[in-house]
Amino acid sequence: MSSAGPTRRDFLFVATGAVGAIGAAATLVPLIAQMNPDSSTVAAGAPIEVDLAPITQGQAIKVFWRGKPIYIEHRSKSEIEAARNVDVASLPDPQADQARVKAGHDQWLVVIGICTHLGCIPIARQGDFGGFFCPCHGSHYDTSGRIRQGPAPANLAIPPYAFLSDSKIRIG
Amino acid sequence: MSGQSTYQPRSRFMQWMEARLPVMGLVHSSFVAYPTPRNLNYWWTFGGILSFMLVVQIVTGIVLVMHFTPHVDMAFNSVEHIMRDVNYGWLLRYLHSNGASMFFLACYIHMFRGMYYGSYKEPREVLWILGVIIYLLMMATGFMGYVLPWGQMSFWAATVITNLFSAIPIVGDPVVTWLWGGYAVGNPTLQRFFSLHYLLPFAIAGVVVLHVWALHVVGQNNPTGIEPTSDKDTLPFTPYATVKDAFFLAMFAIVFAWFVFYIPNYLGHPDNYIPANPGVTPVHIVPEWYYLPFYAILRAIPNKLLGVIALFSSIAILAFLPWLDTSRVKSANYRPLYRQFFWLFVIVCVGLGWLGSKPAEGGYVIASRLLTAWYFLHFIVVLPLLGFIEKPRALPMSISESVLKGKGAAALLAAIVLAGLAGFARPATAAEQVAPPRVNWSFAGPFGNYDRAQLQRGFKIYREICQSCHSLSLLSLRNLGETGGPDFSPPQVASIAAEYKVKDGPNDQGEMFERAGRPADRFPAPFPNEQAARAANGGALPPDLSVIAKARGYERGFPWFVIDAVTQFQEHGPDYIVAVLTGYADPPANFKLAAGAAYNRYFPGNAIGMPKPLSDGIVTYTDGTPQTADQYAKDVTAFLMWAAEPHLEARKRIGFQTMIFLIVLAGLLYFIKKKVWSHLHDHA
Ligand code: FES
Repeated sequence: MSSAGPTRRDFLFVATGAVGAIGAAATLVPLIAQMNPDSSTVAAGAPIEVDLAPITQGQAIKVFWRGKPIYIEHRSKSEIEAARNVDVASLPDPQADQARVKAGHDQWLVVIGICTHLGCIPIARQGDFGGFFCPCHGSHYDTSGRIRQGPAPANLAIPPYAFLSDSKIRIG
Repeated sequence: MSGQSTYQPRSRFMQWMEARLPVMGLVHSSFVAYPTPRNLNYWWTFGGILSFMLVVQIVTGIVLVMHFTPHVDMAFNSVEHIMRDVNYGWLLRYLHSNGASMFFLACYIHMFRGMYYGSYKEPREVLWILGVIIYLLMMATGFMGYVLPWGQMSFWAATVITNLFSAIPIVGDPVVTWLWGGYAVGNPTLQRFFSLHYLLPFAIAGVVVLHVWALHVVGQNNPTGIEPTSDKDTLPFTPYATVKDAFFLAMFAIVFAWFVFYIPNYLGHPDNYIPANPGVTPVHIVPEWYYLPFYAILRAIPNKLLGVIALFSSIAILAFLPWLDTSRVKSANYRPLYRQFFWLFVIVCVGLGWLGSKPAEGGYVIASRLLTAWYFLHFIVVLPLLGFIEKPRALPMSISESVLKGKGAAALLAAIVLAGLAGFARPATAAEQVAPPRVNWSFAGPFGNYDRAQLQRGFKIYREICQSCHSLSLLSLRNLGETGGPDFSPPQVASIAAEYKVKDGPNDQGEMFERAGRPADRFPAPFPNEQAARAANGGALPPDLSVIAKARGYERGFPWFVIDAVTQFQEHGPDYIVAVLTGYADPPANFKLAAGAAYNRYFPGNAIGMPKPLSDGIVTYTDGTPQTADQYAKDVTAFLMWAAEPHLEARKRIGFQTMIFLIVLAGLLYFIKKKVWSHLHDHA
């Protein structure tokens, strides 16, 4: 018995070890997957529609989508100009204002109101650049929601959205 | 006998570490070099299996807590949320609920093994008592866990068990109020049970450490019951005991998986799929199968205080076993008389369990009293006397000399335990109930799947007939499009959803408003509240249909319930629903029917509040299926089965994969075990 032993036995050990490892890995799948959003949360994250008609110029509203605050700003002429009269290359996160709004709807700025530093909610129409100011660690965003000064590394993110009509958008 | 550390770290780092914190040395001496008697049989693998089950329960429990809400208004629904929405939630919950049963099954085998081989005797008294403490903690933990889903059985188990303490003279009532945190079982009770249910498993783990520690001080007992005298009598734990344990653990896991994937509700009770109702006690309340023997003892005594005392003494007496048994021979293999009394005791315990599941009336009570009496006589009279009367057989000189016996007995024990386990599962329901006819379901059996067309037809029936009175509150409209269900396409789901009116709000004016339904919405209820539903239905409340297919059943009787565990017959609920839907008839001449009720052959008590809902031709099928009441009943029932168990197909599919995996693993481990041990047989 023992003369045939080593190779046969080694194979057996390796095979069993491999099967055991597969089992352990498979066991981890449900244990990890259960922490991902469940299907009711996913379903609740469906797109939402927002009516823009009641928002007057100079006003900003906050809506929630997937648990995130979304700022919708009706910008004035001067705010749009302020956002466009900047040397894009000089910005920390260079991006033209035109790339951050939908063409033909330049007055509407739709951004996710979460500071790109560490996730606080910036206050609209405040700070040195008249856009947003994050009180947590002092990040200043301009009227296009771009980072201008402070520790935040990137511009406020734009959520996926589309204009259904001139006064209605769907977010998501 | 304590493991001597022969561990020699090889690397410099490990030597450095070992000199400061000798963890590896401890592990090595406890689980590698630790000498185990060479003649241990498979009954000795249950300690390892129990450790495994404790880990399974703790891991799945921690995960379930991430999704469970311990509040009377939300507990039931959050369990259903786990079953429906959480990724693999159904798997984790079925693992946990069936895991409790497997834990107790292994525990009982472990305890009976200890009794058979006299493992509680000197020098293992403390080891045994620690085991009894673990068992007590397990019972408390299992009970409180059973309360958490807040179904009917949960609620009434909590009420009955806490009321045991009201038997205490003078302080009984204040103690019970204190346990409840109120004047009845309620939210404070649920929350404290939740807290303790989370705590106690860690207490168990702590006592398990002591148990294992004590074991490693005195060493394992063995089938001969004589202590090892030389190195020839023992083998190092690794690899010999390790592979044996691993192989049998894999075998045990196959049984576990069978329950989890194929008959997950077999050991539960349909009534626990009905949300707790403090106003109505189910006709037959029974505890989980693992408490049934003690429940029988409780009910056998006609006096409240004495019944409670008997119940607690029947457990406490186990702790005195080392001193009640006066024989100096440990193993029943060498005690011809004790051996017979041992088996008699096993039969008495199983018998008590069976009686615990029966209604407390007539012959059952008498039988319970006889068996209860014997249970105590076994400890108080038989065991002390046997030590003096019995003439033990000659013991072998040493373990290595002994020959293994008792394999037949082992198989018998397994058979009895399994039969008992199955026997406890289905308590009696009202005897007058007629068994519904069997229906051939596409979703029955290990490879059963729902029939999509049937589910779609069933939904049509629900929508056109049932929905006017019955809610489906746990389901969302989006479920209609999910895989494993009726499988409507997303546009179909959206248009079905839009046909429902859903209450939403408040809007900016502070008013509630109605809007078209969306897939993410729940099915709207036909009535705004219970009172409105009752008022519209002559005082009767049409039950919610979300889990009705699992909340109904009927008794199959012996021997069918045993066979059902093997054939995976699980469709008691659907069969019953079809029978009720088609069971309307004219009442017999002598039957007094209350006003507004209808006669139904299969409904318990025969007087049903629901008027006959289905008749031929009332719903139009477009796929050519016969438009008969029979067909309607089957279709809507299949739909309700899906509503109750939406992940049935995934369960059976993953179950099959798991079974294949476990069989391969067990096979490999078996060959490794043979290899490792064959080496030994050659040279021994
Ligand atoms: S989170 Fe906004 S500045 Fe730090």
